[in-house]
Amino acid sequence: MFSYAPAPESRSVVSLASCYGLFIDGAFEPAKDGGTFPTVNPATEEVLAEVAAAGPEDVDRAVAAARRAFTTWSALPGAERAKYLFRIARIIQERSRELAVLESLDNGKPIRESRDVDLPLVAAHFFYYAGWADKLAYAGFGPDPRPVGVAGQVIPWNFPLLMLAWKVAPALATGNTVVLKPAETTPLSALFFADVCRQAELPAGVVNIVTGAGGTGAHLVRHPDVDKVAFTGSTDVGREIAAAVAGTGKRVTLELGGKAANIVFDDAPIDQAVEGVVNGIFFNQGHVCCAGSRLLLQESVAEDFLTALKRRMTTLRVGDPLDKNTDVGAINSAAQLARITELSEIGSAEGAERWSPDCPLPDRGFWFAPTIFTGVTQAHRIAREEIFGPVLSVLTFRTPAEAVEKANNTPYGLSAGIWSEKGSRILAVAGRLRAGVIWANTFNKFDPASPFGGYKESGYGREGGRHGLEAYLA
Amino acid sequence: MPKSSTRLTVRKTYKLFIGGKFPRSESGRTFVVNGDNVALASRKDARDAVVAARAAFGGWSGTTAYNRGQVLYRIAEMLQARRAEFKALKVPGDELDAAVDRWVWYAGWSDKIAQVAGGANPVAGPFLNVSTPEPTGVVAVIAPTSLLGLVSVIAPAIVTGNTTVVLAPEPQTAITLAEVLATSDVPGGVVNILTGRYPETAPWLATHADVNALDLTGAEPGELAAELERDAAGTLKRVIRPPAGSSGFDADPGLRPMTALLETKTVWHPKGY
Amino acid sequence: MTVTATTPVDLRAFLHGLPGVDEVGVEARAAMLATRSIKADAKAAAIDLAVRMVDLTTLEGADTPGKVRALCAKGIRPDPTDPSCPSVGAICVYPSMVPVAAAALAGSGVHLASVATAFPSGQAPLEVKLADTRAAVAAGADEIDMVISRGAFLAGDYRAVSDEIVAVKQAAGDAHLKVILETGELATYDNVRRASWLAMLAGADFIKTSTGKVAVNATLPITLVMLEAVRDFRDRHGRQVGVKPAGGIKTTKDAIKYLVLINETAGSDWLSPDWFRFGASSLLNDLLMQRSKIATGHYAGPDYVTLD
Repeated sequence: MFSYAPAPESRSVVSLASCYGLFIDGAFEPAKDGGTFPTVNPATEEVLAEVAAAGPEDVDRAVAAARRAFTTWSALPGAERAKYLFRIARIIQERSRELAVLESLDNGKPIRESRDVDLPLVAAHFFYYAGWADKLAYAGFGPDPRPVGVAGQVIPWNFPLLMLAWKVAPALATGNTVVLKPAETTPLSALFFADVCRQAELPAGVVNIVTGAGGTGAHLVRHPDVDKVAFTGSTDVGREIAAAVAGTGKRVTLELGGKAANIVFDDAPIDQAVEGVVNGIFFNQGHVCCAGSRLLLQESVAEDFLTALKRRMTTLRVGDPLDKNTDVGAINSAAQLARITELSEIGSAEGAERWSPDCPLPDRGFWFAPTIFTGVTQAHRIAREEIFGPVLSVLTFRTPAEAVEKANNTPYGLSAGIWSEKGSRILAVAGRLRAGVIWANTFNKFDPASPFGGYKESGYGREGGRHGLEAYLA
Repeated sequence: MPKSSTRLTVRKTYKLFIGGKFPRSESGRTFVVNGDNVALASRKDARDAVVAARAAFGGWSGTTAYNRGQVLYRIAEMLQARRAEFKALKVPGDELDAAVDRWVWYAGWSDKIAQVAGGANPVAGPFLNVSTPEPTGVVAVIAPTSLLGLVSVIAPAIVTGNTTVVLAPEPQTAITLAEVLATSDVPGGVVNILTGRYPETAPWLATHADVNALDLTGAEPGELAAELERDAAGTLKRVIRPPAGSSGFDADPGLRPMTALLETKTVWHPKGY
Repeated sequence: MTVTATTPVDLRAFLHGLPGVDEVGVEARAAMLATRSIKADAKAAAIDLAVRMVDLTTLEGADTPGKVRALCAKGIRPDPTDPSCPSVGAICVYPSMVPVAAAALAGSGVHLASVATAFPSGQAPLEVKLADTRAAVAAGADEIDMVISRGAFLAGDYRAVSDEIVAVKQAAGDAHLKVILETGELATYDNVRRASWLAMLAGADFIKTSTGKVAVNATLPITLVMLEAVRDFRDRHGRQVGVKPAGGIKTTKDAIKYLVLINETAGSDWLSPDWFRFGASSLLNDLLMQRSKIATGHYAGPDYVTLD
């Protein structure tokens, strides 16, 4: 028997202060009312640091700083803005080990993912949009596209630094300034990014970071001097934001929830499909808006596929996020764990059959074993609601048309997967799926050049690629 | 045969346009506009129109771009042929020409917009990655009053494969345009036109869960428009807001009237032997 | 279990009915497994296991009895200074060197593998190949590493390839038959999967990647596909078949990646010299140097491990 010894990444590459302030106008400062909140390591429940909780006045100051900086930043030649972004990209590459460890500490995601997925993509996004800054006239949005103004950006906890990059890089490249609110449970990498901005000598006020809970974000998106709102998070909050900005004329992009179908046809490359399904739902503990949370199996291969999937799941290594061999890390928060637990219990109560591999979970921290439910139908809540955890609902279908119909039978429309070796079938199914990203014979692939965003209640607007510029140009 | 000096003119009855047919309002209501009794659409008419638009969406969005271009060009031909009717409705000749030309302009976009708005993305890996624009779905439109305004909101929506429910404040012009559409090979349900008072019907469309987008181009900026936008947030509809100034529709529309009602679908596939 | 009773059409239909292999997907999976970090006790155990899995090989025109005897001595006692160091799995030589090796290995427990069937090209009449095989077995080889006819396989003549394996298996008698697919010449992963199944259905005890004599030898993704094949074959037919990557595996780090691949694909049943071998020569010395590093705590140098 081959059991891997612990292979922990060194925590010492990150030095954490006990307390972090807000990053406003180029300097760190405490909240006006002195309020703070703790951010914890979800794998151990250890408090990592106290972080300032921005109140309305703090948000006002941040927006004012961004407004002041907008005048000069937007007037800079694009080529000069580009060089700032290239600098930022380089600094992120140089500090990627530190930032990866930090991300795993604060978020609970495996170091293998923060190291091999998040951080490379973060740097790549800044490189990509840096190059656009002096080429905007060629982007297809008119001969003289102008920045919108001050962008209020609210990001989620599942990919803290990557979501920051998705938001900040295109905003800065197009000449906007930014007030960004990271998620309450994962504020640290955004604050380290503030230090990256400092090292890059980015002018004060171009990027401001206000940490806090939902109320901070609500105040930011409603702020009358914010011209553009960008939000990634739940569909319910997205609805509130869309309603809040109604009638204000603010530009909005929303990247919201999903309940993606991952469709496996009987002619699929089975071993890669198993990998794709595993990656689709267990990548980042299933804390992925585009997770392939509904597996649609063609009945003729369903049994064999499930056997292979379960066998593969027994090799998933759940545990210490800083161990280089960990595949599935900690659930991000107690609240999220409660939500996953509740929906899973509903799945069982509704008669679906629950299965998890035999995997020991640590005593402290927030953990949930990789789980699949079989015998799920479209009528089950676990087939309709976003669980945002390592829980896969398995449904079956008989014909391609039925697969498409079931895949589309949801208010969401963010992503979908297709597994088949038949090209014409892939193209036909991809054409009929109502979702913004279709992965055929792959899953959960991301690239700065590739537009990302949803249909229907998964939101509107696109992030990434040339398309991602549009939201930040008037 | 001697011409009778007492012959009565046969008048046109202005009804709604739903699913390719011209029904009266299910409510039986009418209102008087310029001396005509015009159907006054109800919320149930709006509901029926959404059903018709949804039913038409699969076929219309699934037809080839070339075919949709042909249909839009046919609309231009039919509009040109019916100039006299619109002139009788006091549509200025310049505007009529512009409306015909706008259909022609959009007809040409049908098989080009995907090349301009989509394309291959050079991702860092062994993948083919292609973004394609696709129609959003069923679009509810609060239309401007003018013929050119009406054409300028309907054409960009349908050229890419969306289907529409149009609330038209100027009934005679709108229904005469519907007659053009009905004789132009536009499948029933692609354009549905409801005449009446949009403050009454629009909220039902703004909150309707089977409507994907709301075009407020013809709405007055103000509290009602804001309220409709808030309603639309309930199912996260795409919203085209009322234009800030009344700039009219003479200028080059650009791409935004089309792209605002398009989704970008990005498909990945590995490349390997 | 063999398919000798089936018609050529059946064999083709079966092989072409196997699920496809997506190149990008399989390479990504192998690359991900290659990031596993094996440390401390796990590494020490893995090194000893890898030593026991080595088919210490010399397949040169310049091989002499002296060279082969030296290699055998090395295989039996890889680290003369450390009796706790295990012997290798087998010594692998050309048929002409089998008598020498048999004498040198007698009583050691180290297996004796001989390549056969007109290695490495396989381009000889069947009778010659069978004679080659019989001679090697008669001289004392208990493992035969045969090559398939890649030409016949690529021409779609699966029956010919299968018949040849069946015949060699018969000629090899009790000796274990390793079937070399020469995956570098099969070019696609689909072909690797089909050839793996073809060989197993025809009676192979082991499937082996390569001769070591072509441009592309063992790779992690190719071995991954073969491990999936032996896993699935056992599920279906109840018979376990071994896997031997050969050629290009030179470092301890490489070897450990293969062990991880086994562990997370076919499973721990294959983590044994009975079911997995490395066809290698220079790998052994790197394993020994790493072994010494773990034992002593400082890095070893090539002058401190024996040649051959």
